[in-house]
Amino acid sequence: MGAQLRVYRQKIKSAQTTKKITRAMELISASRIQKAQARVAASGPYSRAITRAVSAVATFSNVDHVLTTEPETVERAAIVIFSSDRGLAGAFNSNVLREAEELSTLLRSQGKDVVYYLVGRKAVGYFAFRRRDSVQNWVGGTDNPVFETAKEIGDTLVAKFLEPAAEGGVDEIHIVYNRFVSMLTQTPEVVRLLPLEVVEGIEEPGDNEVLPLYEFEPEAGDVLDALLPVYIESRIFNAMLQSAAAKHAATQKAMKSASDNADKLITDYTRLANNARQSEITQQISEIVGGADALSVK
Amino acid sequence: MAELQVSVVSADQEIWTGTASMVVARTTEGDIGILPGHEPLLAILSAGEVRITESAGAAAIKANAEDGFLSVEHDTVTIVARNAELVRG
Repeated sequence: MGAQLRVYRQKIKSAQTTKKITRAMELISASRIQKAQARVAASGPYSRAITRAVSAVATFSNVDHVLTTEPETVERAAIVIFSSDRGLAGAFNSNVLREAEELSTLLRSQGKDVVYYLVGRKAVGYFAFRRRDSVQNWVGGTDNPVFETAKEIGDTLVAKFLEPAAEGGVDEIHIVYNRFVSMLTQTPEVVRLLPLEVVEGIEEPGDNEVLPLYEFEPEAGDVLDALLPVYIESRIFNAMLQSAAAKHAATQKAMKSASDNADKLITDYTRLANNARQSEITQQISEIVGGADALSVK
Repeated sequence: MAELQVSVVSADQEIWTGTASMVVARTTEGDIGILPGHEPLLAILSAGEVRITESAGAAAIKANAEDGFLSVEHDTVTIVARNAELVRG
């Protein structure tokens, strides 16, 4: 077999193997999207109930709560980046990291010190490679987030927020995550988590009804004390679920185009291999004919 | 008689929803009973059980709702807790 032909056959083989893997990954993530989406939907009632309750307390009481009060000077801002544990998801992780970089440039230009909290191995790897510091990392389990992790992150952030900036606390907390828009679109989203802007109306009941005058038990302030950390947890949990669903969608899209590209490669190389085989045969024929001619001339 | 629309919600899913004639919950201040027509209320639950008396029969549903809260408005009762679970009894 000619050397050229052998090279092409090798390339076809390798593209076929790659295609098998990418096809399998595409199917796996396609089935996981459904589950991840169902989890996003299932957590909806909880976050709606909490958002409603928090806006009720914030609207009907004049409580100044530390979590909702804008600090006079912001010395340090924290950015929480929600990436994934695994790659092979197209621009999923680079999008969210780029968004975080833009945010931190903006915050730095406002004279704020920026610290990072990272979720997911990819963000941790990105920071480790660039020898940059992060305060705390959470890795593992981004594909299938559990509420305990959200609670842990929430507790850490609220504790840091309550600390004065001079002792290493933060005055602002932003989260950056990929929001699942559709199977084809995932957009990186930046949300300022703390101080809270409760009256944001994103998950208000749609029927425009006025919130009733609530009776609070015990006091409105105590209710807010208990509700706000829970609200933050639920926002973080929602971000994690969105990010997981977006990751699966991104993987599916990336793996689909990888399989398509492998198909195209296989076709191209098959053409080339056929050409090489044909020209090899042609050459052999002409060698034989030439040889026979040379022998017959006497 | 009017009925209460009750839903029990935990962090990752809606656990139970249905109509009830009475809900008894333990708040940080003490036990509270809610009948249809209750004034709007937001209360913090202390660790403990919530008893829901279904309107259909005498069957009572118990739910474990730790560190959650309870909101009442227009005969709609929402019990929200991180880890809520149903205790059929």
